Amino acid sequence: MKALMITVMTTALAATLATPCPAADEGGCFVASGIVQADFSLPRVAAAIARKQLNVAVLGSASSTLPGAGGAQAYPARLQASLTRRLPGVTIKVVAHTKARETAAEMVTTLHQVLQDDKPDLVVWQTGTVDAMLGVDPDQFQSALADGIDALHDGKADGVFMNMQYSPRTDSMIAMGAYVEAMRFIALQREILLFDRFAVMNDWNEMGVFDLSATTKKIDVAERVHDCIGRLLGRLIVDGANLAQASNTGAGNMDTTHREIH
Amino acid sequence: MPAVTPPGRDLRLDLFRGLALWLIFLDHIPSNMVSWLTIRNYGFSDATEIFVFISGYTAAFVYGREMDNRGFIVASARILKRVWQIYVAHIFLFVVYMAEIAYVASSFDNPLYGEEMGILNFLKQPDVTMIQAMLLKFKPANMDVLPLYIVLLGGFPPMLWLIKRSPTLGLAVSAALYTLTWRFDWSLPAYPNGTWFFNPLAWQLLFVFGAWCALGGAERIAPFARSRPVFWLAVAYLVFAFAITMTWYVPHTANYVPHWLTDWMYPIDKTNLDVLRFAHFVALATVTLRYVPRNWPLLTSPLMRPAILCGQHSLEIFCLGVFLAFAGHFAMVELWDGIGMQVLVSAAGIAAMVAVAALITWYKNVEARRHGPRQTPPNADLAGGEA
Repeated sequence: MKALMITVMTTALAATLATPCPAADEGGCFVASGIVQADFSLPRVAAAIARKQLNVAVLGSASSTLPGAGGAQAYPARLQASLTRRLPGVTIKVVAHTKARETAAEMVTTLHQVLQDDKPDLVVWQTGTVDAMLGVDPDQFQSALADGIDALHDGKADGVFMNMQYSPRTDSMIAMGAYVEAMRFIALQREILLFDRFAVMNDWNEMGVFDLSATTKKIDVAERVHDCIGRLLGRLIVDGANLAQASNTGAGNMDTTHREIH
Repeated sequence: MPAVTPPGRDLRLDLFRGLALWLIFLDHIPSNMVSWLTIRNYGFSDATEIFVFISGYTAAFVYGREMDNRGFIVASARILKRVWQIYVAHIFLFVVYMAEIAYVASSFDNPLYGEEMGILNFLKQPDVTMIQAMLLKFKPANMDVLPLYIVLLGGFPPMLWLIKRSPTLGLAVSAALYTLTWRFDWSLPAYPNGTWFFNPLAWQLLFVFGAWCALGGAERIAPFARSRPVFWLAVAYLVFAFAITMTWYVPHTANYVPHWLTDWMYPIDKTNLDVLRFAHFVALATVTLRYVPRNWPLLTSPLMRPAILCGQHSLEIFCLGVFLAFAGHFAMVELWDGIGMQVLVSAAGIAAMVAVAALITWYKNVEARRHGPRQTPPNADLAGGEA
């Protein structure tokens, strides 16, 4: 409904035109280029990397978790592993704060709390699915996102948005469009990095990297999906930090987004 | 294919409504490459605007004549009978939707999608869900258009009466309601949260504008609408909208749009029929009608007949389209969702819509012949139409 209607189809088109772009620590998690791209910098993450101590908080709903012991296979833990591999010598701590069935507005309260208690350098905020399922007014959803960004600024933390999963089976049952667009729009307008999970998973499904409509009770595909999300999210965060460094040293051009840190 | 032309009927209405039905069908299939063809990707407005406008136009045309011949009460009763038919059609589609999610609930249990399966919670409390659906407050994905029509048509009798007395006053009242809706954020509540996706209090402007055009307004603005400056203004606006739309799809071009413009322009609100969308529809109509006059030879050619047939039975074909979009998506998920399948599902769906429309026309012709010359009142298809 909201303005910036960069639809799923964009991604599909991009996917057909683009070639996979492998880089360090992607473990076969190919995604069409341009889908996971640092358009904005993460200065506080860059500063934390320089201090050799990076604290990340992941705020999310049920799709940030997987059934199983201690969440070791869910993407927050996989993100910690990926960042540890990418940033040798830096102590990485990723803490997940997940709660099922929370809307974006409800999560803003948690966000304030987390910023106050943990003082993270970076908050990954996964939201949108619950709002779409409940049909929350997209305007209210947008203002909750904006409130969250204000909280991030006040709490002196960088932020990365993460939107919904792409779920082919429920695609015709949950009207995600307005909420996907709202997150993309606010991210662009307020210059917040977005991990476009919806586009990434749509690309995987399209390219046959993962069969997301398979009828299975087994957990292995789900675990591989989360591992890939963790790895790509790690790449995005490191790219964002590199971008901040590049603009600090005066060499701020967009190409640096693709440079690996090691 | 049966012949379609009662003399004097403006076939352009049927043609464009039929095309709008096809576009709505294509847009309703998730992850469908073919929907790149639809107009929503190239400007601000989409098939919904075409559909609402034409429905207002035809409703005024059909029921306006009825009001002249048989009075306000009888015409109003006919309008409300139509509202009831649309309501029943909506409930039918709701049942189809519930059947689909019930099937998915029992067959699909991928641990990756534990959260998305929360949509099935509606099945766990049928007492609430069913009642909210019957009150038109619970409207699942893609089922927002018929409730909009129900409200627009339900409120139409007094507006029709007013437009017939004083067209200018009627349009002014409609515009005032639209303005107040924007000013005071009026809306209709939805279940379990939020408001109606299409706010009838705002969308009535397009419906009433269509009715106003049908009852003489079109002739009044014709000299103005056909003038050269207006034509070029419309073209310029369409080009502008096209350029802006492209920045949504081509990465990194959004930065070239000046900040003052984005601040003023966004968000372009579909729920409340943003004035930019309204203007885009009017511009599109201005330009299109210049090239498609009422006596356009192609209108009676076999090439246009499939779309015209669909447009003449819009309620049936709209419902069929929503059902086919569900079924097509289901087939894509179950069988194969490659581009070939997307094209196949899109083409087969449109073919099915045309076939059913042709069947309905054939049946109506047969019935009409059997009943001989007895005059049946014209049936207004989905808020207007078959006149």
